[in-house]
Amino acid sequence: MRPEAAVARPDIAEGEPLVSIRDLRTYYSIRGSFADRLVGREGGVVKAVDGVSLDVRKGEVLGLVGESGSGKTTLGRTILGLVRATSGVVEFEGHDVAHVPEREFRALRRRMQVVFQDPHASLNPAMTIAQAVGHPLQIHGLERNRERLRIKVAEALERVGLAPAAQYMDKYPSDLSGGQKQRAVIARAIILNPVLLVADEPVSMLDMSVRAKILELMAELKRDFDLTYLYVTHDLATAKFFCDRIAIMYLGRIVEIGDAASIYADPKHPYTKALLRAIPEPDPARAVPRDLPRGEVPDAASPPLGCSFHPRCPLAFQPCGWESRDLRDLLEARWARKAGEAGVEEEEALFGNLDALSAPLISARLTPPRGRTAAEMLAVLERIRTEDPDEPFWKGVRRLEAVDGRLELDFHEPHDPTLGQSGDVEVACHLYNAPA
Amino acid sequence: MAATAPASPRTPYGRARLLALGRATKPIREASGIARGMFWAGVGITFAFILMAFLAPVISRYNFSQYKANGVRFPQLGHPSGLHWMGTTVQSDDVMARVIYGAQTELKVVVIALAMSLSIGVPLGLISGYFGGILDRALVLIMDAIFAFPYLLIAIVIAFVLSTSSIGGGIFTAAIAITAAYVPLYFRVVRNHVISVREEPYVDAARALGARPRTVIRKYVFFNVVQNVPPIATLNAADAILLLASLGFLGYGIQPTQGAEWGYDVSRAVSDASSGIWWTGLFPGLAIVLLVTGLTLLGEGLNETINPVLRRRRFGQFDFEPVPGAVEEAE
Repeated sequence: MRPEAAVARPDIAEGEPLVSIRDLRTYYSIRGSFADRLVGREGGVVKAVDGVSLDVRKGEVLGLVGESGSGKTTLGRTILGLVRATSGVVEFEGHDVAHVPEREFRALRRRMQVVFQDPHASLNPAMTIAQAVGHPLQIHGLERNRERLRIKVAEALERVGLAPAAQYMDKYPSDLSGGQKQRAVIARAIILNPVLLVADEPVSMLDMSVRAKILELMAELKRDFDLTYLYVTHDLATAKFFCDRIAIMYLGRIVEIGDAASIYADPKHPYTKALLRAIPEPDPARAVPRDLPRGEVPDAASPPLGCSFHPRCPLAFQPCGWESRDLRDLLEARWARKAGEAGVEEEEALFGNLDALSAPLISARLTPPRGRTAAEMLAVLERIRTEDPDEPFWKGVRRLEAVDGRLELDFHEPHDPTLGQSGDVEVACHLYNAPA
Repeated sequence: MAATAPASPRTPYGRARLLALGRATKPIREASGIARGMFWAGVGITFAFILMAFLAPVISRYNFSQYKANGVRFPQLGHPSGLHWMGTTVQSDDVMARVIYGAQTELKVVVIALAMSLSIGVPLGLISGYFGGILDRALVLIMDAIFAFPYLLIAIVIAFVLSTSSIGGGIFTAAIAITAAYVPLYFRVVRNHVISVREEPYVDAARALGARPRTVIRKYVFFNVVQNVPPIATLNAADAILLLASLGFLGYGIQPTQGAEWGYDVSRAVSDASSGIWWTGLFPGLAIVLLVTGLTLLGEGLNETINPVLRRRRFGQFDFEPVPGAVEEAE
């Protein structure tokens, strides 16, 4: 290996995009059941990152926020080249790292480093701290002299607050505390003098008392080393004080992106609003009503039509992508809620098996069981509608009637929301950008 | 940046090695109870045999294929006596000399066989587990196919094929036959462990640092996988002794001209036993049993000390001595 691998290092001015992501998609193929594999049927794909476009500007801290399963970690890993992108472009300092061969990527890796969530698991248990922190320099052939290497490692350790370094260098990771390990991981990341640091929930596994100190350290390092951070987290509370800009992710897509201050002051997307309301408020007198999003994050293997958030959204309306599965969820939720009440079993028997509604279709066709009529089914649905007319689901229903002994439901045409400017932020929501 | 170098930034790398060695042997030093007893008993027995093998020319009064001394032929099937402590065989060989030199043969074959099966099985397992894909599937298929055969059958086939070739029926043939039988075992153990270690964040971190696959495997995967190997290798050594003895017993092992071999001696002694001649079979048989027991104890001891599932730390028990006066207070 050449001692100083020649990496083109264009001078990127502060605020210019350091990483440009365009329409990035990262899909995981999932294995089907054992029987599926025997007959050679494909298991389908999970769209972990589904068409993300994003700039990380030099010198900023970009927070990537979302629930588990939102694809934020996969996005970080794709930028680092730990996961191969399915399609799209990740441009880092002028190189399309999404498609560069691993061999060429290795030289670029000096310029981007990573801090993972679990400090214990990200250090090799068979290496001392000095070996672990010094190894990047050896990998890139930057320091061959062992004594100079040790001095550099000591400097890096002291820089991250592991001082005196001599006390830590010959220890194994299992001898250190979580915070100390995370400091060692950060030392390993900065020793190569990178420009970009992807921090994947760097403090979420640490004790509360250590979190603030590690974040302070990261802020200091950012100043001293002129770093750019991609800060992946589910914790909007720490993101608020650490990030310059924030991108909110939901099911593989960015739903809102903008300056942290603007997002906190005036969240636009219903999902962002819900997340912000979910931050615990220490003062009970100021507590806001927590109308957290109902339900769970949907299955990423077959995401909802239209806006992925519409089944949980209190403000969803016609174009948000209403579909047959929403009818099934509505009925099942109703029956679960009213279990044991009079008439519920009767309703269940009337609708019978709802499997016909399991495919994502914008029209639903239900056949009544023997001896019952479609008009009875229609009457039940009408009754549900009058009981709760504010339920967003009914806004999505375009036509509901009994025809030829079948119950027919048509929904409005679904539209995928796209990111559009709204005030100070960009938001992907039909409430702000009406579909064309 | 604060460039204040720490007081002793240079640790000689010899010390780092020592540190790693100390860490690696820590579970052995900390072992307690039965595991400790088994381990050290195993070490004792095994070491005695190793000593016997190395000092064979010194300990043994005669050579293993010697049938006369000073022009006088040894008695045939002679009783154990002052001149021949363990008696003599039908070919007038001294049984004790054959037992002692036998240790040499067994150890040579086992060491060569283990070295070969480790140096084939472990790297193949590392590569197969780390890279996965078609290579992995093909290797697993081949290894499983070999694994499905009885050890002895493979060893016999290999020994037979090789002994008819130019290599002949020597130590190498026996070692290769045993190697072929054991490679799949190491391969499977290492490969399966690599597959779990491969998913660890520190392996991802190493990739993110820009390490080549070779470096990742050597520095990040190997050391976290290899700790399973010593107990298996030791237990295998015991097994290999039995395999070699079986080969010898069946006549496919070391040829009598190449060296003394216990299994062969036992097979020759079968006909003696019916006529009341016990010494030709007892002593080689005893040697096999003892060495196998020693290696098994060593292997099990290692397994119990190294394997975290079986390991019990020494601080597992405390004696709470009653504090004088405490009982009265409570009453």
